Amino acid sequence: MAETQIKNFTLNFGPQHPAAHGVLRLVLEMDGEVIERADPHIGLLHRGTEKLIEYKSYLQAVPYFDRLDYVAPQNQEHAFALAVEKLLGLEVPPRAQYIRVLYAEIGRILSHILNVCSYAMDVGAMTPMLWGFEERERLMEFCERVSGARMHMNYFRPGGVAFDMPSGLAEDIHGWADHFPSFVDDCETLLTENRIFKQRTVDIGVITADQALDWGFSGPNLRACGIAWDLRKAQPYDVYEKMEFGVVVGKHGDCYARYLMRMAEMRESVKIIKQCVDQMPGGPVKADDRKITPPSRAEMKDSMEALIHHFKLFTEGYHVPAGETYTAVEAPKGEFGVYLVSDGTNKPYRCKIRAPGFAHLQALELLSKGHMLADVVANIGSIDIVFGEIDR
Amino acid sequence: MDLALKDLGDYVAEALPQEVLGTEVEFDELMVRARRDLIVKVLTFLRDDVNCRFQQLMDLCGVDYPEREKRFEVVYNLLSLTHNMRVRVKVETDEETPVPSVSGVFSAATWWEREAWDLFGIYFSDHPDLRRIMTDYGFDGHPLRKDFPLTGYVEVRYDDEQKRVVYEPVKLTQEFRTFDFLSPWEGVQGVLPGDEKADGDA
Repeated sequence: MAETQIKNFTLNFGPQHPAAHGVLRLVLEMDGEVIERADPHIGLLHRGTEKLIEYKSYLQAVPYFDRLDYVAPQNQEHAFALAVEKLLGLEVPPRAQYIRVLYAEIGRILSHILNVCSYAMDVGAMTPMLWGFEERERLMEFCERVSGARMHMNYFRPGGVAFDMPSGLAEDIHGWADHFPSFVDDCETLLTENRIFKQRTVDIGVITADQALDWGFSGPNLRACGIAWDLRKAQPYDVYEKMEFGVVVGKHGDCYARYLMRMAEMRESVKIIKQCVDQMPGGPVKADDRKITPPSRAEMKDSMEALIHHFKLFTEGYHVPAGETYTAVEAPKGEFGVYLVSDGTNKPYRCKIRAPGFAHLQALELLSKGHMLADVVANIGSIDIVFGEIDR
Repeated sequence: MDLALKDLGDYVAEALPQEVLGTEVEFDELMVRARRDLIVKVLTFLRDDVNCRFQQLMDLCGVDYPEREKRFEVVYNLLSLTHNMRVRVKVETDEETPVPSVSGVFSAATWWEREAWDLFGIYFSDHPDLRRIMTDYGFDGHPLRKDFPLTGYVEVRYDDEQKRVVYEPVKLTQEFRTFDFLSPWEGVQGVLPGDEKADGDA
């Protein structure tokens, strides 16, 4: 009998597919329904952020960071603000540091809710998505009340934050933080012991600790492999030093562990939010350096000097001394780093953005090899990718 | 912190006298300049040595300095979880000379090297799969080079007659605006004509 030639089947997944979480084009080579090779084609959302930043002053560069990981914009701004402050040698007043940590944690919860709930939908559960978006709406309302924008906040500026919190907001956030853990409980009753959910996630996309390090994993995806590494603890920035919270560590490094990480991290974030609200001191929210941070409106009405400062800041911007820094924060998805090179002018010479999702997506082939087609969807969802930050 | 970093820098320079060209500590960050052709050895040492243990390559990127003879810098940002330290390794290259790929040392480097190739046109030798990654299929040029214009060269639109997306040369409806906000007092480099006496030598 003649030997039959078996050819691998090549499947084009995306770029328009709801489970691709944006614009991922994935070329899959399959033997039957088993993945042999996965080749992600990225760059469909490439906007040239790094190039654009080279043509903008430091202050004008901040909004570009909102549009990277648009699910948790404040965390990206945080990295950029810290990098610029490092080069400037700027001290940020304590109140601003508390507000930044508070909103960074709100960003973390925003991101984790979206990921967990959309992940649940990818693998077949509809309800968490509907519940989650209700909570996200509440959080985005807090963002709107403090900055005027629900998502793209443009709020963390080098030297502090743009505005002080309006009165009553802190109490409302505290009230929300009291009831939020019950949402996490409800979500967990739907998912954590759910038979279908576990069948789709347990032992799928397992990555060992050594592999995770080799592939540049960070954040919850790294901790899911059993490595207790959190930049908020290891290299604390702003007031994370004073916060009491636990670092959640997983065991198996599979999709289910990554889901559990995010669930548990939301509970820890709530603790930080409460501490921030309770301990928040009074005082200014911007560094007291008029060459860097703009004066208040009221001051501009009767001070010539304030008017000049305002004009200079919003036309020329400020000059940052020559130097370079790699500054990283623990963004919800992992280590978000900014490699900033300044040449002493008012514009960054080079601003490289290190997006955690880029490294995670790169390992997709490793995670998916030998699994079924449906497991690719589970893997994509579990590593929490957002194309805004991957494609930049 | 500063002292520990300096010690580490000295230690690395001593252990790799051939490979390391110099070390600096700036803003609490250690920077090591390495020889381009020996970068794989440097990173392997940094990863495996007991006193370094930089297990993770967090970032790899290019920087363009067109005025230099070797115009590109390739920057590796490493992280040690064991010692909670970071180090930055730099090598220099030009448009033709390839940099040895470090994807064999850190798998994470594979895509970042592709990105550096795509955006800067830096060659990496022995790279398993050096394709473009960020730009469009069939893109021409390397957009993050300083001599590449911000507006690019081509634009796309959907052509209703041909029923497909077409590429056309960029047409700007208004002139591209770059404002020089630097004040004449700070922005001007060098001596203005007629101002030679300002230094006080004359």
